[in-house]
Amino acid sequence: MLALKEVGKTYPNGVHALERFSAEIQLGEIIAIIGGSGCGKSTLLRAIAGLDRATSGAVILDNAVITSPHAKIGIIFQEPRLLPWLTVADNIGFGLADLPAEVRRERIAAALARVGLADKANAWPRELSGGQAQRVAIARALVPQPEVLLLDEPFSALDAFTRRDLQDHLLDLWADTRPTLILVTHDVDEAVVLADRVLVMRPRPGRLFQEITINLARPRDRKSELFDNFKRRVLTALDRSLDRAVRDPADKSNAGEAMWW
Amino acid sequence: MTVDLPVLEQTAAPRAASARWSRYARPALGLVLPVACALGWELVVDLGYSNGRLVPPPSKVFETIVELGKSGELTRHILATLWRVGAGFALGVIAGTILGAISGYWSFARRLLDPTVQAMRAIPSLAWVPLFVLWLGIFETSKIVLIAVGVFFPIYLGVMGAILSVDRKIVEVGRVFRLSGPAMIRRILLPAVLPAYVVALRVGLGLGWMFVVAAELIGASEGLGYLLLDGQQLGKPAQILAAIVIFAILGKLTDWLIEAAAAPLLRWQDAFGARGGV
Repeated sequence: MLALKEVGKTYPNGVHALERFSAEIQLGEIIAIIGGSGCGKSTLLRAIAGLDRATSGAVILDNAVITSPHAKIGIIFQEPRLLPWLTVADNIGFGLADLPAEVRRERIAAALARVGLADKANAWPRELSGGQAQRVAIARALVPQPEVLLLDEPFSALDAFTRRDLQDHLLDLWADTRPTLILVTHDVDEAVVLADRVLVMRPRPGRLFQEITINLARPRDRKSELFDNFKRRVLTALDRSLDRAVRDPADKSNAGEAMWW
Repeated sequence: MTVDLPVLEQTAAPRAASARWSRYARPALGLVLPVACALGWELVVDLGYSNGRLVPPPSKVFETIVELGKSGELTRHILATLWRVGAGFALGVIAGTILGAISGYWSFARRLLDPTVQAMRAIPSLAWVPLFVLWLGIFETSKIVLIAVGVFFPIYLGVMGAILSVDRKIVEVGRVFRLSGPAMIRRILLPAVLPAYVVALRVGLGLGWMFVVAAELIGASEGLGYLLLDGQQLGKPAQILAAIVIFAILGKLTDWLIEAAAAPLLRWQDAFGARGGV
């Protein structure tokens, strides 16, 4: 289980990016984090990944506090970030350097086949399309079999058609080993099609605003009325999160604290 | 509109032809001027319009090279110069790479080291010559050190700049996969730095050839630079031109060696080699 305990982040330049974010995420859950720009969603993801340390609170995975990148946590960025000097196969095997060559080759071949790029094994990253490159990035992150996979707006640079394709593909891959997925996005459609729970954040400072459970069976029909219904709920929450007149659900406790000071 | 269509269809074939033109004919175009000048001068001297004593015709220069070659003298001079460039280049590359890597990787060292190196770089390298001669004598050591100094700066700057400009996003990939310090250097930094390093090596080698001439003009009894000086003092312009031609050939050849040696390591690069044309 992944527990986020009052995670906060203030950057050295004084920007208060994230304030006391708490959540408990079960193994195998798919969480979408959505919110306006500057709501600290990427900051939160980087704290979970151990790339940036939280300045307060803690990220706890199976009783271990995460302060630096962890073997059980993988991440996929907005850009594929493939290493241009390695072939596609070597990129996918990048995290497997400790394994014997034979095992590594098998795992790479299996992963390549799984993402449908077996014929590109010896291609250079520059020869791939955007969608193909992101597939390789997904394979690279999944091949060490992480318990938690973080995705930072992974499909936002792709065209609408490729994006849908990769969303379905991601669900397909997820079903293999059922890791926890935590996905940062600004695409309501993407959040509703993928997530079990959507966490809506609000900016300045970034904090949790509302949690919406999407209890729709998979595969989800993007054109169904129920799907639209959930989309509307997320959109409404997003609008309210950006409306300054709407107070935080947790305002009371904050106010009490302020009074005490 | 209807009038345009046949015209558009016709352009396909000439375009293929023009591709061939740009591939072979364009580089050849660069040869037209020097070859025409050489032939023209040859003709002028042949027809007796000039005696060609101060500006010898190409045939005379070629004759001089063959003559020097026959006596075995040319090999001796070339080997002497190659040895100096090789030794100086090696020294400069080693020092420049190590110090450049330290400065690029470790910001404390950069703050400590870089201002001094930059200040030294502002000194025209030839200004060291008298000091090197005093310290190291007139023979080989001072020459090799002078060449090494010339090679050092572009290598140092190239390595440092390349390390500093390695994409933070790529380094982060290394962090996500929990690479140790040495693994990060070997698997991320070295390959990322390699293209810029090759460029630095080529620039450094070019400076090495420049400085070997300066070093050999200081005072040498052999080497291509000595041939230059000897040609001047004894009034043999053909010998000077012969030495210059050989410098050009050797410089181009060694540069090509670096390029060819690096090419298999840089195959992944988008802009390398074949695509750089037009």
